[in-house]
Amino acid sequence: MSKPLNIIVCGSLVPDPLQTLEPVSTPQGPGLKNEQMLPSVLDPWAACALYEAAALAKTRAGSKVYLVALGPKAKLQQLMMTVAQKVPFELIAANGPAGGFTDAKETAEELAKLIKSIPNLDLSSTLVFGGCASASRDAGVTMPFVAEKLGINEFFAGVDEIKVADDDSFTVLERIEGGKYLSSTCKGFPAVVAWATGSLPEPPNNPQVGMMNMRGVMPALMKAPVVNVGSGTIAYEKTEVPSAKRDTVVKKDMSAEAIAQEIVEWIKG
Amino acid sequence: MKIVAFTQMESNGTFAQDVPLFADAIKASGADIVIVPGTSRFKRSMPAAALRAGADIDTNVTDVTVEGETVKAQRWAYRQRILATFSRTGRPWVIVTDPALFAEISAKLGVSETKEFGAGAGDTRTTCNGVQAAGGGGESTIRPDAKLLFVAGAGWTKKQADGELHLADAASSITTFLGKSGASLGSSKSLVDMPEAAQAFNFMSHMNQVGQTGSTPRHAKGLSTCCHGEEPHVVGRRFINERRAINLDANCGWAQGKADVVYVADAFEVMKKINEMM
Repeated sequence: MSKPLNIIVCGSLVPDPLQTLEPVSTPQGPGLKNEQMLPSVLDPWAACALYEAAALAKTRAGSKVYLVALGPKAKLQQLMMTVAQKVPFELIAANGPAGGFTDAKETAEELAKLIKSIPNLDLSSTLVFGGCASASRDAGVTMPFVAEKLGINEFFAGVDEIKVADDDSFTVLERIEGGKYLSSTCKGFPAVVAWATGSLPEPPNNPQVGMMNMRGVMPALMKAPVVNVGSGTIAYEKTEVPSAKRDTVVKKDMSAEAIAQEIVEWIKG
Repeated sequence: MKIVAFTQMESNGTFAQDVPLFADAIKASGADIVIVPGTSRFKRSMPAAALRAGADIDTNVTDVTVEGETVKAQRWAYRQRILATFSRTGRPWVIVTDPALFAEISAKLGVSETKEFGAGAGDTRTTCNGVQAAGGGGESTIRPDAKLLFVAGAGWTKKQADGELHLADAASSITTFLGKSGASLGSSKSLVDMPEAAQAFNFMSHMNQVGQTGSTPRHAKGLSTCCHGEEPHVVGRRFINERRAINLDANCGWAQGKADVVYVADAFEVMKKINEMM
């Protein structure tokens, strides 16, 4: 019989993609205007990782999913009101900044510390999941940094599929150039997997799962350590939203044929 | 200031093989700055290699300026919504660029030495099985070198004027256009997320997704169809110079300064005509 898995998902909050973002200078470096007030969502690719983790955990009895999150405590609590209703997990949190201008190295250091703080964690039956890039820093470096900090030598980036066999070997599909996948097989755990979209839809809200998760979420947030994550060796000169507004020409009342003719000429031009 | 470029041959290596290889190369190069094209292999292993080598690393760098010994880089944060200009005090500094920008940025930095990597070697628990196509398994509809990006939105799956769905017609219209124009296919998230689209449009997958939670490809021109042009869509066109859209809604996002030209029309009809003319 295959052994239970620990699946640790690293993921935090990002501003809702529909919000307008305006950069501002703060004493700590660049930030967002009204950052504390902006509605947040779970980082989209980390969310995909969480749903894939929950689906994988269901395939092995006794498996457990952890969500390791570094973010402002008050905002994490707000985020958990929705995320906790999606899938069962145990939250491991740290209270610190989660913006797009913080240093990934320092973030990874704190995430690795949180993972190591999980009691009796057996790395030989552990998969560490996360998004292939955040929707804030968008660098794609945090998860390989976490792998390095944990001393894990198997890392896969931009993963859309994982198939775990009974002998603990697993096969992943990683996104590579030209819209293709690289298929690789790893002999066993531990491994770090940075997810792209995966293949699972967002689970519907389940209030029962929410109530079960929230019993652990509130104590986890209460004991979340305060961590200092800065901008490392980066010296920001400026952050800006470049003027991207175009003088759009709206063409109404043209026949389909006339539009087609114009587009064909434009494509060939 | 010593600038070294890393490149790779048509080869691959696993994380376990590449991290020590790249880390040793960073250290041995004696470089102040190492510039690397953001191929899937480098993006997988270079961050951990830089960490192991005691270097700083920035990915997705889109431009640099050099003034004497000072190098400033630019990259986007928040998925192409905020542009940051910055420098690093730490050395060595690994700069990873989009492969399409690698030659241009290398020239600006003034590369003094290039190191090319072959296939990875050494102990690894991972075996590469090979490369496979995404989606339906046919010819890839993602063509990074294409001049045109054609983006299909969820409108292709909506009921048409006759009150019926026309998924097969939509699929045929899109694939015919891709075949005749050589365009690369992009999709909105809402389209690839639809189960009915996954069945009817088996030539696309989540890999085609462009925008906030998808890719931000570089093509000279972009034509969007049946897609509203909201902010999560628009960030995926950040690097598309000429943008046109076909939409039934004259007040769609594209008309709010996001596209150069918006045709208020039925994309089904227009694409049919375009396919006849191409």
